[in-house]
Amino acid sequence: MEAYISLFIKAVFVENLALAFFLGMCTFLAVSKKISTAIGLGIAVMVVQTITVPVNNVIYHTLLKEDALSWMGITGVDLSFLSLLSCIGMIAALVQILEMVLDKYFPALFHALGVFLPLITVNCAILGGSLFMIERDYDFTESVIYGVGSGFGWALAITVMAGVREKLKYSDIPAGLQGLGITFISAGLMSLGFMAFSGIQL
Amino acid sequence: MSARDFLDKLEPHFTKGGRFEKYYGLYEMVDTFIYTPADVTRGKTHVRDGNDLKRTMTFVVIATFFCILMAMYNSGYQANLAMQAMGLEKADSWRGIIMSVFGYNPMNPVSNFVHGALFFLPIYIVTLAVGGIWEVLFATVRGHEVNEGFLVSSMLYTLILPPDIPLWQVALGISFGIVIGKEVFGGTGKNFLNPALTGRAFLFFAYPASMSGDSVWVGVDGYTMATPLGLAAQGGMDAVTEAGYSWFQSFLGFMPGSIGETSTLAIMIGAAFLLYTRIASYRIMAGVLLGMIATTVLFNVIGSDTNPMFDFPWYWHLTVGGFAFGMVYMATDPVSAAMTNTGRWVFGALIGVMVVLVRVVNPAFPEGMMLSILFANMFAPVIDYVVVQANIKRRMKRNV
Repeated sequence: MEAYISLFIKAVFVENLALAFFLGMCTFLAVSKKISTAIGLGIAVMVVQTITVPVNNVIYHTLLKEDALSWMGITGVDLSFLSLLSCIGMIAALVQILEMVLDKYFPALFHALGVFLPLITVNCAILGGSLFMIERDYDFTESVIYGVGSGFGWALAITVMAGVREKLKYSDIPAGLQGLGITFISAGLMSLGFMAFSGIQL
Repeated sequence: MSARDFLDKLEPHFTKGGRFEKYYGLYEMVDTFIYTPADVTRGKTHVRDGNDLKRTMTFVVIATFFCILMAMYNSGYQANLAMQAMGLEKADSWRGIIMSVFGYNPMNPVSNFVHGALFFLPIYIVTLAVGGIWEVLFATVRGHEVNEGFLVSSMLYTLILPPDIPLWQVALGISFGIVIGKEVFGGTGKNFLNPALTGRAFLFFAYPASMSGDSVWVGVDGYTMATPLGLAAQGGMDAVTEAGYSWFQSFLGFMPGSIGETSTLAIMIGAAFLLYTRIASYRIMAGVLLGMIATTVLFNVIGSDTNPMFDFPWYWHLTVGGFAFGMVYMATDPVSAAMTNTGRWVFGALIGVMVVLVRVVNPAFPEGMMLSILFANMFAPVIDYVVVQANIKRRMKRNV
């Protein structure tokens, strides 16, 4: 149990996808102008991450890993070179299915998430999460925890970023730095704050 | 001719159309530093108070007075002690020339004080000069006024540096703090992180050898002396008592550490002044303190066989390291802290919890106050957002 808690905390703070690995930067910078939208996108990323990482984990362990096909009687086959491709395809397919399900059964939530769901298909934080899962050889339970944790960490980062940017509306930023320039500087300064967690051994 | 007449005579040159129109910021700085500005607020609804931004900022500098005294005395005292321990007759550096008059006896208060001043003053002068150049440069180019907030940032920045730091690093750190931490956002009141801490954090990660470890806390080359917090991080409470530190000693501040952070007593006097003049928010200070005590007690109860920091009591957490200084002077920075009253409690508690977390479970950093405050600064706008939204929801419900 303790190991799972520390994995979760590690995924949220120590190895924050946005501020420690700088993944998912395009949406992180583009959709962080308002706190309410940022929270919406954050939740969407969290949901997708929670689904895709475990699903990719199952696929990897039953089909792609070295000797993974032995349950079919085929041995000595290593398909792990396909994992990048399968992860991308899996994420795209899952997001599409999720969108249709939400549209059909939860129209309110579907409208709240709106444009963010298709946007997430190409978010590198999602792909990064799945690839980290493969690289670190997580088992199924760990992959669920890691999916929730890394998604939550990304959501937290974009919410904080949106808060800072809402505050910066009242700032007097030099003409050349307005918009993306100051956002990059702010993101850098924010990761300075997140350094408090670096080095935590759990 | 009084200074007022002289300034009045100069003024036309600096106002619009004058020869030095571009340098109005410089004129304004000198004028408002000496005299109260003549501008008054216009319009109907406005909270009027004699306590303007300028006086607020000057009061913070005044509040650090005892910290500065203690900074000079303790830096000199520690350096003299170290020289006695090493058997050194005189300091090799330029300080030796001046100190040959006063001697190096750690029992002699005058010698301690002067020796400490020779550490404190160069750092402060470099900070003021380099930071001032940036400040005036931005004020001139961007046409805003040079603000007293700079005096606060430079004083606080000086007090949180180790005495042994090379002066070029001092210059680099304050440049980062003033330019990236403050001026790119438009100057005083527009930044989201504390500029003094931003500068120090930059140095901390760029030059860890001169900002952390055991050899930087006493201003004598080659002398190794861990701070009580550094000792605690290694061996917990036992290591601190073994080294001969009593709680009262650490409360008074006679121990190695960053220049101005060691004396909790001096900081408390400053805190009383800031609270009496209502410049610092008591909610933030109380939040930090309560958050720290709660987390420490929690760790004490949990206990650990491998990590001695789990048993470190809260009243020691208060006096060692930068906790007290950060709580009183850094966390209460009105610009980068939360702005709502409920938010201030949460903001303070976040710092208190984080600092104990970093001190206890993060072996990479013995001290967590600086990074905790920066971390909470980031969260301040979101905390305010949640408080404001909750308030809106509550009042909507009431008025259905």
